[in-house]
Amino acid sequence: MPSYKRPGALLPMSTGYCPGCLHGLATRLVADAIEELNQQKNAINVVSVGCSALNLYSWCGDDIGAAHGRAPAVATGIKRCLPDRLVFTYQGDGDLAAIGLAEIMSAANRGENFTVIFANNQTYGMTGGQMAPTTLVGQKSTTTPYGRDPVTTGYPLKMCELISVLEAPVFVARYALNSPKGVMDAKKGIKKAFELQLAGKGFTFVELLTNCPTNWGMSPLATLDYMNTNTVPYFVPGVYKDKEGGKQ
Amino acid sequence: MEKRFMKGCEAIAEAAVRGGCRFFAGYPITPQNEIPEYLSKRLPEVGGVFVQGESEVASINMVYGAAATGTRALTSSSGPGISLKAEGISYLASAQLPAVIVNISRGGPGLGSIQPAQSDYLQATKALGHGGFRAMVFAPATLQEAVDLTYNAWEYAERDRGPVLILMDGCLGAIMEEVELPEMKVLNYDNTEDWCLARVGGREDSHMITPILPELALEMLNKFKGMTYKMWEMADVKVEEYMLEDAEYVVVAYGIAARVAKEAINTLREEGFKVGMIRPITLYPFPKASLDNLDYNQVKGIIDIEMTVPAQMRDDIELQVKGRCPVHEYGRSGGILLDDEGVYGAISDIVKGGA
Repeated sequence: MPSYKRPGALLPMSTGYCPGCLHGLATRLVADAIEELNQQKNAINVVSVGCSALNLYSWCGDDIGAAHGRAPAVATGIKRCLPDRLVFTYQGDGDLAAIGLAEIMSAANRGENFTVIFANNQTYGMTGGQMAPTTLVGQKSTTTPYGRDPVTTGYPLKMCELISVLEAPVFVARYALNSPKGVMDAKKGIKKAFELQLAGKGFTFVELLTNCPTNWGMSPLATLDYMNTNTVPYFVPGVYKDKEGGKQ
Repeated sequence: MEKRFMKGCEAIAEAAVRGGCRFFAGYPITPQNEIPEYLSKRLPEVGGVFVQGESEVASINMVYGAAATGTRALTSSSGPGISLKAEGISYLASAQLPAVIVNISRGGPGLGSIQPAQSDYLQATKALGHGGFRAMVFAPATLQEAVDLTYNAWEYAERDRGPVLILMDGCLGAIMEEVELPEMKVLNYDNTEDWCLARVGGREDSHMITPILPELALEMLNKFKGMTYKMWEMADVKVEEYMLEDAEYVVVAYGIAARVAKEAINTLREEGFKVGMIRPITLYPFPKASLDNLDYNQVKGIIDIEMTVPAQMRDDIELQVKGRCPVHEYGRSGGILLDDEGVYGAISDIVKGGA
């Protein structure tokens, strides 16, 4: 049965996210997984820069703010010193796929035994909607007013695909949070990633496709349809790598 | 006490381990590679962690993470790499996390030269990163001093909860000298309970470490840090004053430059000239009083000698001299070492010329 309580891992306060933003839901899914695994007192959340940073103030457990893009490096330092803790980063797409590209790829390649939760909303939300590394071709932003042109700005980065070709990662998966099925699958994926980490298996990466009604300039409902038509066909959900489950 | 004949970089690394360092992250850059190389072998022997980071940026952020767990953490680099670490050092200051950073400096600016130079004084003492914080800066002149300062660096970092810098040029990093190594410190994590993550010491409550603060809290932190820096000036200045009593000319030099200058001073003393030296061991806090309290009826000139051009310490010196006598400077840069002839010649010209 689904739970409609506030997860025990979150403080009884508002998240600060805009109405209709899926960051709140993503945060909740992570908190649910932590509670189900009884890890409230063992989890350390490494928070990044951007809207994801709002996460810092809603967490009950230990958390630490990292510099923009550096959360995987900070998590490396923490997890290597405290190998028994459940350590995860929560990063947006500008943070992880642009300024932090070296840190995410290198931590994944080293097979660091922590989990990365990657919220991909295809925009820099906190700074007001500039082009992200994941902004879709043709998608408008405040720095691509005519739509993203691949001739001058390249193509949206597919992080699951990139990370899944590395040897070390054990679980790499993408879920879209714009449908109930996607939400339920995501919850299972996050829990599985945490379980693998707690078993000491290695690097786990969960990408969550989210929205940004404010900067996309759409109603929350319209963003869900936009995701179905545009985001999901490009960033195809699925399990890209599951070493334990035999998917290389 | 154990005596060993060691290379500068390796002596620092061993002193760090004995001082409680159990985490190192770094990236290769000349002339400090012996530090990570030594620690990659040494740290696992004591249950510590060595990580070769993918960049200087990542390495300092790994140190930030390790420090947050109460682990004594170290990174080392040289000028260009310290520039890259600037972001992380500023975050350490903001999040109030202790860590030690070693700069084995080389010729600058830019990629500069891989040969030794004292080109990072301004970076070390004025702006190790954005935002207007200060770090204590230790500048040893001998390997024994480097060992002793490194061994105790975390005591300062943890007392004041911030980064501490050890600034040594590539010459000191490469030379070999006999050092007495202190005993391995027994680590006590009780004092980290209230500021580190993860309930170290059996703590039940959780903890948030943040490099971003609401405006009023940030101003309070900055005011508190300002008071801390004043305390350093009162309590933590380290300086060697050499033959100042009757000195008519006072050399100001630190690190390798002070060693070369001391030779010249000894020669000039034998010739009957009254020359002394102020050698800052802490570049920050700067030994202001040593300069301010000189008898300017007696002192005819100050000579700033640095292995960099133009001299970088000169502004700090002039602020204390306050125009009471002329301030001269001599140096070499670009990775060209100061030598006895040049330094003796420069001091001698000023002293004998009566400038």
